Amino acid sequence: MVIRVEHELHTRRKGRNAGVGLLLVGFIAIVFGLTVVKVLQLDDIRQFETFDHAPRPQLVPIPEVTE
Amino acid sequence: MTDFSANDHTTHEAGMGDYFALLKPRVMSLVVFTALVGLLVAPVPVHPFLGFVAILCIAVGAGASGALNMWWDADIDAVMKRTVGRPIPSGRVAPGEALGIGVALSGFSILLLGLATNFLAAGLLAFTIFFYLVVYSMWLKRATPQNIVIGGAAGAFPPMIGWAVATGGVSIESLLMFALIFMWTPPHFWALALFVKSDYGRAGVPMLTETHGRDATRRHVLVYTLLLVPVALGLGLTSIGGPVYMAVAVVMNAWFLKGAYDIWRRDDAACEADKHRVEIKVFKVSLYYLFAHFGALLAEAALRLYGFGGWSW
Repeated sequence: MVIRVEHELHTRRKGRNAGVGLLLVGFIAIVFGLTVVKVLQLDDIRQFETFDHAPRPQLVPIPEVTE
Repeated sequence: MTDFSANDHTTHEAGMGDYFALLKPRVMSLVVFTALVGLLVAPVPVHPFLGFVAILCIAVGAGASGALNMWWDADIDAVMKRTVGRPIPSGRVAPGEALGIGVALSGFSILLLGLATNFLAAGLLAFTIFFYLVVYSMWLKRATPQNIVIGGAAGAFPPMIGWAVATGGVSIESLLMFALIFMWTPPHFWALALFVKSDYGRAGVPMLTETHGRDATRRHVLVYTLLLVPVALGLGLTSIGGPVYMAVAVVMNAWFLKGAYDIWRRDDAACEADKHRVEIKVFKVSLYYLFAHFGALLAEAALRLYGFGGWSW
């Protein structure tokens, strides 16, 4: 008897698994796209950099030198 | 010894197409169109990607409510010829699977819409799904022949959600877009019911043609069309209307009203004699009617980009 590795069941599931895979890839693309758009919509990029409230030298505004 | 068989009926596994059919793709296309118009005619511009995600969420939410409706109405669907081939009654998808998909997609679409845009739009989407499943499917559909009147609200929310996505609010424009679909649904549906031989009675669903007779249905078509006219024309006087919309609305309302009047004047003998020619025509006109109104709103919005459109130029 020939052992059939690939059963019809596998073929049928292949379509479903590929579908779920595509949906997941699509979901990742949406979340990534949303992140990019939301960040770019911030007027000042420093708003994003202060997400953890930790002081950073680059975020401290440089005082203007006056005579 | 034989190969083991996994393709008999008891072990049938649904494919992606079967799950997609649960989402009622044809209903979804109308939802996408009206929601897109609601979003594009709003005075606040939306980033194209956010707009795309919002429309996707609204479409998935509508699909989820379709799946939940199929789960709840599986017993009715199994009795009626038109619906017996749907995924659940035909045995391709288990009822529990449809319920799971419906609940999961509802939660997914509402949450993502809220995070991507705003929570008013998400709340309206949640209410739409609740309305379609609980108010229409569970409560009204089997209880009253006016089911389609109130239940039609579920199909009327998408442009309002689209508007809320852009503006974050509700206004007279979005309420009138809602009212346009809400008032259009009954005459559209009853014109169909007058020429399609349905088995709703056998399924235990009260339909106006069967509970109150065809004459009463004809009267209802005329009355609801008369009520629809001021809503359609009123929308033209708001900030999203304009001369183009108004011209389309006047022509389409006159056409639809003439059809409703023709239906009202007929009796069963006349319908049988010409094989429901007028009813079929009015049903088609009702489809053009909705498409033309929302298309005209879109045209006004496009003209506005070039300094035309609206009443101000």
